[in-house]
Amino acid sequence: MSETVVSPTGWKPNPRAARRRRADHIATAFGMVMAGILVLVLASILWTLLSRGLSGLSAAAIMKPMGPPGSSSGLANAIVGSLIQTFLALLMATPLGLGCGIYLSEYGADTNRFASCVRFVSDVLMSVPSILVGLFVYQVMVAPFGHFSALAGSVALAILAVPIIVRTTEDMLRLVPTSMREAGAALGATRWRVTLSLCLRSAKTGVLTGILLALARVSGETAPLLFTSLGNQNWSFSLNRPMASLPVTIYQYAGASYEDWVQLAWAGALLVTMGVLAINIAVRVSARRG
Amino acid sequence: MTLATATQPKEARDKAGVSRSGSRRSGPDTAFHLLVAASALLVLVVLGGLVLLMGVGGSLAFRTFGLGFAFHDVWNPVADLYGAWAPLFGTIVSTLIGVAIALPLAFGTAFWLTAMAPPRIAAIVGTAVQLLAAVPSIIFGMWGFFTIVPFMARTVQPFLTHHFKHVPGIRFIIHGAPFGTGLMTAGLVLAVMIAPFMTAVMRDVFAAMPAMLRESAYGLGATRWDVMWKVVVPWSRTGMIGAIVLGMGRALGETMAVTFVIGNVTAVGWSLFAPRSTVASLIALQFPESPAGSLRLSALLALGFILMLLSFASLALARMLRGDTK
Repeated sequence: MSETVVSPTGWKPNPRAARRRRADHIATAFGMVMAGILVLVLASILWTLLSRGLSGLSAAAIMKPMGPPGSSSGLANAIVGSLIQTFLALLMATPLGLGCGIYLSEYGADTNRFASCVRFVSDVLMSVPSILVGLFVYQVMVAPFGHFSALAGSVALAILAVPIIVRTTEDMLRLVPTSMREAGAALGATRWRVTLSLCLRSAKTGVLTGILLALARVSGETAPLLFTSLGNQNWSFSLNRPMASLPVTIYQYAGASYEDWVQLAWAGALLVTMGVLAINIAVRVSARRG
Repeated sequence: MTLATATQPKEARDKAGVSRSGSRRSGPDTAFHLLVAASALLVLVVLGGLVLLMGVGGSLAFRTFGLGFAFHDVWNPVADLYGAWAPLFGTIVSTLIGVAIALPLAFGTAFWLTAMAPPRIAAIVGTAVQLLAAVPSIIFGMWGFFTIVPFMARTVQPFLTHHFKHVPGIRFIIHGAPFGTGLMTAGLVLAVMIAPFMTAVMRDVFAAMPAMLRESAYGLGATRWDVMWKVVVPWSRTGMIGAIVLGMGRALGETMAVTFVIGNVTAVGWSLFAPRSTVASLIALQFPESPAGSLRLSALLALGFILMLLSFASLALARMLRGDTK
């Protein structure tokens, strides 16, 4: 601005300051542009999802089961199948994850080699590509029995959910002050009693958050279900047979060349996303209140 | 209150127990310890089984093709010849493209969020970005399939071929029919998928820096960029690298987002705009049609084993870099 003017008070332009200011302007613009691009792209995804999903979403899409193209079919069996498998997975993952988390925080001191090993393994499991979990469960639960099953799908989802529950449970239990444990012990409570009635109860909200986050993560997973519960065009409530699920249905329908199937895929995608986002928002709101 | 009344009788009993014999544990206590230790063991067993079964399942392929399996570039189910180089190349290149695009996006956005944006807007955008990191990957795949692929096929590729057809050095990168699928498209979709995640982590890392450091730098007359580049970045370098490596790990094993847009051709080449395949997409597509016990199934499992090693290595790297600060 006034860099070239030498004022009577002896102020001289400083080329170094000018350079720094220029670098700052460039960096500022860079940051704004990058943030703008990211927000725009993400908004475009949401917009595509909403506009195409809402047009495909109807009462029929939710109430009717899947069917051949052109038969005004819906997604009902996929929705129910997803719910069954996800909740079954949580039913298996929650006790296991809680148990492991409790072990790591209450018995797994830093000197415990076994505990640090388990901690590392749980971290590895959290970042394992989900398709490999599907392959693993296929070899353990599908290949020996010779058929795909909803149970195998739930186990695959449970394996993905466990490390998340372990991590949050351990972190939350570690936040419980030692004085609380000591108070319990001083009252004569045994260790399991202190852990369950004092520590776990006071860390309840955090642990519940972990379970909900695991639910959100698992409910959108597709890859581990491809080789385990496979998908099903018809109603099926048997855990011993292939079962439809929303993400797998989206995968099958989105690539199809029938217009009504693609519409259903978008409707399903909208449902899954809204479900996942709703869980995450609920977690956030409860965390702010708690 | 309830706790106190419930444990009253127990207190008396335990006191007696303690006075009788030093540190003997009560029965339920041991049982509880064993129960939680068993669940910890089960987690260990699951991962052990995962690695072991991949290795055992892939051993047929490793034995048939030897170590060259990883670097052989033919994947031909008809001739029963398999090499992992084509899908591995696809995985590595698409991941690198994804990280290269996502890094400036994430860094710039985190910079804007922590240093420039008005607090209210920063809170809204920050929350939105964190929420979007939770969106299932198949949504990104669908979006890429219906938005990016046509855009690449109709706009980007014709433009590039028209203008850069005769430029040496670029020609072989953009070579290919305008299908819209390929490594570049996959990299773009991966970038969009991991960018919110990396942004969220970087923002947390930047925000974790003590405010006093930032304030002292501003007090000395530093500009925003000076503070960012000379104070915040050095202070949070390990956390940032951790964010990058974690994003890379997600991109490496991503299946659904990539399968939609990669084109699924097992070939090797430098063109970023020709259909290719990645390890995860190849497994997702070919596994259902591979009969049990076949060499092809074994080759796919061997691929899974290699992918497992890759993701393991990236996690170990992230841990090592993060451990530096401690």
